Amino acid sequence: MKLRSRHLLGLEETTASEIKLILDTAESFREIIERPIKKVPTLRGVTVLNLFYEPSTRTRISFELAEKRLSADTINFSRALSSVTKGESLKDTVKNIEALKINMIVVRHASTGAPYFLTQCTGSNIINAGDGRHEHPTQALLDMFTIRRKYGRLEGLRVVLVGDVKHSRVIRSNIWGLKTMGASVAICGPSTLLPYEVEEFGVDVYTHLDEAMDGADVVNVMRIQLERQQAGLFPSMREYTRLFCVTKERLKLLNKNYTIMHPGPMNRGVEITSEVADSSSSVILEQVTNGQAVRMAVLYLLSGKQREE
Amino acid sequence: MKKPKYDLVIKCGRVIDPALGFGSEADVFVKDAKIVKITRMSKATKKEISALPEENIIDASGKLVTPGLIDMHVHLREPGREDKETIITGCRAAAGGGFTTVCCMPNTTPAIDNQETVKFVLSRAEDADARVYVVGAITKALEGKELAEIGDLVAGGAVAISDDGSYVQNPEIMRRALEYAKMFDIPIITHAEDEFLFAGGVMNESYEGTRLGMKGRPAVGEVIAVLRDVRLCDFVGGKLHVAHVSTAGAVEAIRQAKKEGVNVTAEACPHHFTLTDDEIGKEFDPNLKVNPPIRTKKDVDAVIRCLVDGSLDCIASDHAPHSEEEKDVEFDQAPSGMIGLETTLGLVKTQLIDKGFLSWADAIRKMTVNPARILRLPGGTLEKDSVADITIIDPDKKWTVKKDNFRSKSKNSAFIGWKLSGKVFCTILGGRVVYRS
Repeated sequence: MKLRSRHLLGLEETTASEIKLILDTAESFREIIERPIKKVPTLRGVTVLNLFYEPSTRTRISFELAEKRLSADTINFSRALSSVTKGESLKDTVKNIEALKINMIVVRHASTGAPYFLTQCTGSNIINAGDGRHEHPTQALLDMFTIRRKYGRLEGLRVVLVGDVKHSRVIRSNIWGLKTMGASVAICGPSTLLPYEVEEFGVDVYTHLDEAMDGADVVNVMRIQLERQQAGLFPSMREYTRLFCVTKERLKLLNKNYTIMHPGPMNRGVEITSEVADSSSSVILEQVTNGQAVRMAVLYLLSGKQREE
Repeated sequence: MKKPKYDLVIKCGRVIDPALGFGSEADVFVKDAKIVKITRMSKATKKEISALPEENIIDASGKLVTPGLIDMHVHLREPGREDKETIITGCRAAAGGGFTTVCCMPNTTPAIDNQETVKFVLSRAEDADARVYVVGAITKALEGKELAEIGDLVAGGAVAISDDGSYVQNPEIMRRALEYAKMFDIPIITHAEDEFLFAGGVMNESYEGTRLGMKGRPAVGEVIAVLRDVRLCDFVGGKLHVAHVSTAGAVEAIRQAKKEGVNVTAEACPHHFTLTDDEIGKEFDPNLKVNPPIRTKKDVDAVIRCLVDGSLDCIASDHAPHSEEEKDVEFDQAPSGMIGLETTLGLVKTQLIDKGFLSWADAIRKMTVNPARILRLPGGTLEKDSVADITIIDPDKKWTVKKDNFRSKSKNSAFIGWKLSGKVFCTILGGRVVYRS
């Protein structure tokens, strides 16, 4: 079993057997990061560029650690310190760095399709670490990995994704991945943050959190950004919190053995209370650890698919 | 030696002139850059033309002979962005696409918001391969704040005014513009997209936009903008022309307004009757980025329906050249617009005529007499004594759109690689052959 593509651009086109392969592979890497010496020689001689056009803490560190633990050489690019501020285009930036003979690019960019654009102008394997509001496949993979570790399956579970659906690439990738793996998916957020024709995703759509959480197994809470309120999409943070904050009282609506997730960074007391975030059902830090294993798996599987000349 | 009686004879073509209601095989005779007559060739004329040099006779057997096509909506980028297009290269593209007349929009740098710039453009166009008419600005620098000197623009030669590229967002300014333009009997061409509703949007707001997570330019933004301008036009009078209509709602608004007798006309672009927004996610081709954006199948169907029923009067390309450097970037970073002068005829044939929506006569009407009447241009017909602008079309010629074959300085077409049917065979400007395939 192999991945079909030499890139990971999103989960919409990724099949169930490919997702299963990535998650299964991640299990063995998960074991490696529990060892005293957390390093394997798998990617020795492979150079990976972490190309981050948007600010990121956890995803960038997670990828970098994953690369280092696989013995790859890594270079980090961040927009603020680069020639982009001198007006260099994405294409030229990448071609210049690629001329230094790199093999893989992990890219985060504010434009939908930027990772696809890179597949057309470079020879490297491209891993999407978040493009615009489009996809963030490794985040969804690590979310699924975390769920699967707890329940031993994804199929038949009810997962609720709460928050800013309109602007969230994490929600989009989770929708594709979870649906493909046979989970039942619900989304919930203020109607101004549900994008046009959202029901076409083939998920249950809610604007009342109590209804969305009723009978669910997993609640994955997304960060709400202050700038959305400033753009007039909802009246105040106070009202958002009243309507959409995952509180201890609301947990009663969930099935037994429920799970609380958040991709971070959290606004404690806004979309999730500290009490819930720090509770025994919360796997928020586990997600972070698992993220490394999943990214190691993705890097490993794609590195085996170098350019077919 | 006796001077020949004709400078040019186009023989044996099927002449289609919707203005004259003409549509049968005939010969067209040109003298002194004017049409002399259209007739079935008699024995006497056969003899007359036998003395003509061979290059003065064009055999149009199996071809269509139409009035020179008019594209009432192009961007020639001069002055200011001569790297993308100049008046000369834009007119070469026009000739290569079968257009003998183009109307250029004022969003240049500086904008065509004053008489001097109108005159500059017209002077640059003197030796070009197409006639250029200028659309002046509605407001100074197209900022939507103060009226441009519309009287001066018209005196300099402007045939209409428009802030194309931007909507005149302030309804009071638009009202005054419509009122003021009445004095000069010129239409106002509106780029109808409400700026508050599309702020930052890069593609249609639809499930496709939702799936890709791209910020939307909703259809309702166009509908509202059209409705407002139609109501203002109804209230104060004047002539309104709606550019590049892209949505089902807007075509319906125009259809309804026409029924009520409002003095409104409208145009559709080939990309809006051909492309749908689900193309974008396939390769994120920045050439698919255009304002107003390409919409859904429902909108495409409505645009075609209203081309058929006549609610949409004209077909225009909205030829919008952009350099390769500017377009070869992430989709949402790319400038909006695509070139169209050289693909419009082929798309009209392939998408509208071959699919049975329009007859050749209907299609030619929308690219000749209709725009000529709206803008009160000479031409658009082969009537006796009119200017000898003639397009000869090879109606079933199969061809592939190739990047290297564009005569335009820019290559930003979403149709590269498309196989089309119908191509210009020869373009004649004032009796002079400016393009021959």
